[in-house]
Amino acid sequence: MLRTEQFTINIGPQHPSTHGGLHVEAVMDGEFIVDAIVHLGYVHRSVEKIAESRTYPQYVPYTSRLDYLASHLPTLGYCQAVEKMLGVAVPERAEYIRIIMAEFSRIASHLLFIGSCAIDLGATTGLIYCLRDRERIMDMFEMTSGQRLIASYMRIGGVSEDLPDTFIPAARSFIADFPEMIAEYDGLIIGNEILQARLKGVGRLNADDAIAYGVSGPNLRACGIDYDIRKAEPYGIYDRFDFTVPLAENGDSWDRLLVRMEEMQQSIHIIEQALNQLPEGEVKAKVPRIIKPAEGIEVYHRIESSKGELGYYIVADGGEKPYRLHVRAPSFINLMVLPMISKGGKLQDIIANIATLDPVLGESDR
Amino acid sequence: MEHFFLNIAHSLIVWLMGLGLSSKGADLVLLIVQWICIVAIVTINVIVLIWLERKVAGFMQQRLGPNRLGPAGMFQTIADAIKLLTKEDIIPSAADRIIFRTAPIFFIIIAVMLYVVLPMGDGMQIVDLNVGVFYFISVASLSTICLLMAGWGSNNKWSLLGAMRSVAQMISYEIPLAFSLLGVIMIAGSLSLSDIVAAQNNIWFIILQPVAFITFFIAATAELNRGPFDMPEAEQELTAGAYTEYTGMRWALFFLAEYTNLVAVSALASTMFLGGWHGPWLPSWIWIIIKTYLVMLIFMWMKWTFPRIRMDHLMSFSWKVLIPVTLANILVTGAGIQFLAGMGW
Repeated sequence: MLRTEQFTINIGPQHPSTHGGLHVEAVMDGEFIVDAIVHLGYVHRSVEKIAESRTYPQYVPYTSRLDYLASHLPTLGYCQAVEKMLGVAVPERAEYIRIIMAEFSRIASHLLFIGSCAIDLGATTGLIYCLRDRERIMDMFEMTSGQRLIASYMRIGGVSEDLPDTFIPAARSFIADFPEMIAEYDGLIIGNEILQARLKGVGRLNADDAIAYGVSGPNLRACGIDYDIRKAEPYGIYDRFDFTVPLAENGDSWDRLLVRMEEMQQSIHIIEQALNQLPEGEVKAKVPRIIKPAEGIEVYHRIESSKGELGYYIVADGGEKPYRLHVRAPSFINLMVLPMISKGGKLQDIIANIATLDPVLGESDR
Repeated sequence: MEHFFLNIAHSLIVWLMGLGLSSKGADLVLLIVQWICIVAIVTINVIVLIWLERKVAGFMQQRLGPNRLGPAGMFQTIADAIKLLTKEDIIPSAADRIIFRTAPIFFIIIAVMLYVVLPMGDGMQIVDLNVGVFYFISVASLSTICLLMAGWGSNNKWSLLGAMRSVAQMISYEIPLAFSLLGVIMIAGSLSLSDIVAAQNNIWFIILQPVAFITFFIAATAELNRGPFDMPEAEQELTAGAYTEYTGMRWALFFLAEYTNLVAVSALASTMFLGGWHGPWLPSWIWIIIKTYLVMLIFMWMKWTFPRIRMDHLMSFSWKVLIPVTLANILVTGAGIQFLAGMGW
């Protein structure tokens, strides 16, 4: 009998498929994974600590840098948290614009998810088609805020500026072309037998474990749990829109992919309704330049980000800066199940698992 | 035009004999010239192929591909070659230096050796071995050892994983590769590549052996380490697999050899299944170029479309699907030959 031994390989922090500075220490038995240890902190920028030395409005741009793939969503969460502290009412038009931008962010993030999922599994061309369509959303963000990736468009009390005239035609043409794009991804990526074989049954997460670990977002809904904060605890004006929460059953990588595909269609549906209902009016409420929430006000506000439950916990001490700010980052918590779902799989499975858990390291390391 | 290269070779021999060389000496000089020609063919093909692959990838991904240097970016490959030549040559301190250094050299030598038996036109074959197909397959299988050398010599876990994958993959896929060629050999009744081409005078073997062509194509993709079977390299998983530690020209030699193999295997596919150099109007050597490039375009199309298959799926596909199918193909071919012989064909 030959003597065999386990060995450790470091997947990352410099690795093509770790989506940033993720370091997974994998204990391998040949091609099989015996254990995986996730090391985080390579992109730690102390975003939470910075909040303590910035005034409330000054902190808005930092939130864009949390989840830079869907930059409107973390900004939306922060602005709504501060509005909750102050009790500011946001103008109607601003609410609608926020919904449109948030849902476009979700689509942009999910498009990149599908593209990076394809390229992590070796289908280089799949990425380019998703990026091509994501570019159109980025162009729309550029129209509104001048920034493509980290837009910082939302403000406490509304949005920074009204939509330009070019925005609504661009958004409508994107919505019109969307079924065609989905058909293309179905043909090139989703319908591919090799890709299906690589994802089906891989990295299965059962519902109980998902709840125990605090997994949220599409990863949770892929396990069959109907939990979407847009429905469970509607924030903003989400209660006015008609949409369904896509669910899957098995909780494997394939389901995580399918749930996101379906979620994009629902987002398009929401944007369509919001564009039709978009009222005229102000886009920013009158908010004093120096915000001083009273001492002892604590607020926790959560939104459904593209990655899951994104929460902000802010404590005020009566000054113009937060006393403490904490971000409940969905990527960080979702990533914690990676060792559990990867054990016993193969090296190629852990790549698929990282890709389908969809972590953003800027958010999980903060 | 048909006998352009043959005439050159003939006049070379006449000229050499005129200089007072014996006929054996003249043949020896001709052989050396032919070797130089092969190296030239390989180099030119690789330069064109790298450019073509980038253009094809660009076309499929809705981008332009290289477009700055020369017409349509044609000189990009040359610029890349210069860059690679001037790069620092890093040998990891923990590497097994002899194995690490010799692996790329053996890899390219083996790739070039394949061209000896390939008929590149009517009568244009350096050596017409009577076991040509056997020679080709056995030499091609040697490249596994070079990949294992590269993986082992690098003393890197990624490299070793890549090398181990490549060994498992190549051993599994050589069997269906050889089996799928057996049907053709049975019909042609010869292992010599020139005889096989001659047997396709009336009908191409792709029509008689469609299943064999498909299985050959799949097995050849795995044999060439190209997508969706690029396990040993597997950029997204193994960073660069067996080539992780290689830099500069050593890495370029691997790259060169992979494309050299691609040309050789595509040429073999067109020789075995697509009628070799047979074709109307144009000279025979142009026909083989056209057919080889068409086969290569299909290889590129596959590479840039499919995701990478998983290692265990790869193995089970070979042993559970490809090998039974090729065996059944041999059985049917044999029965068909016997039946037709009984009918008096």
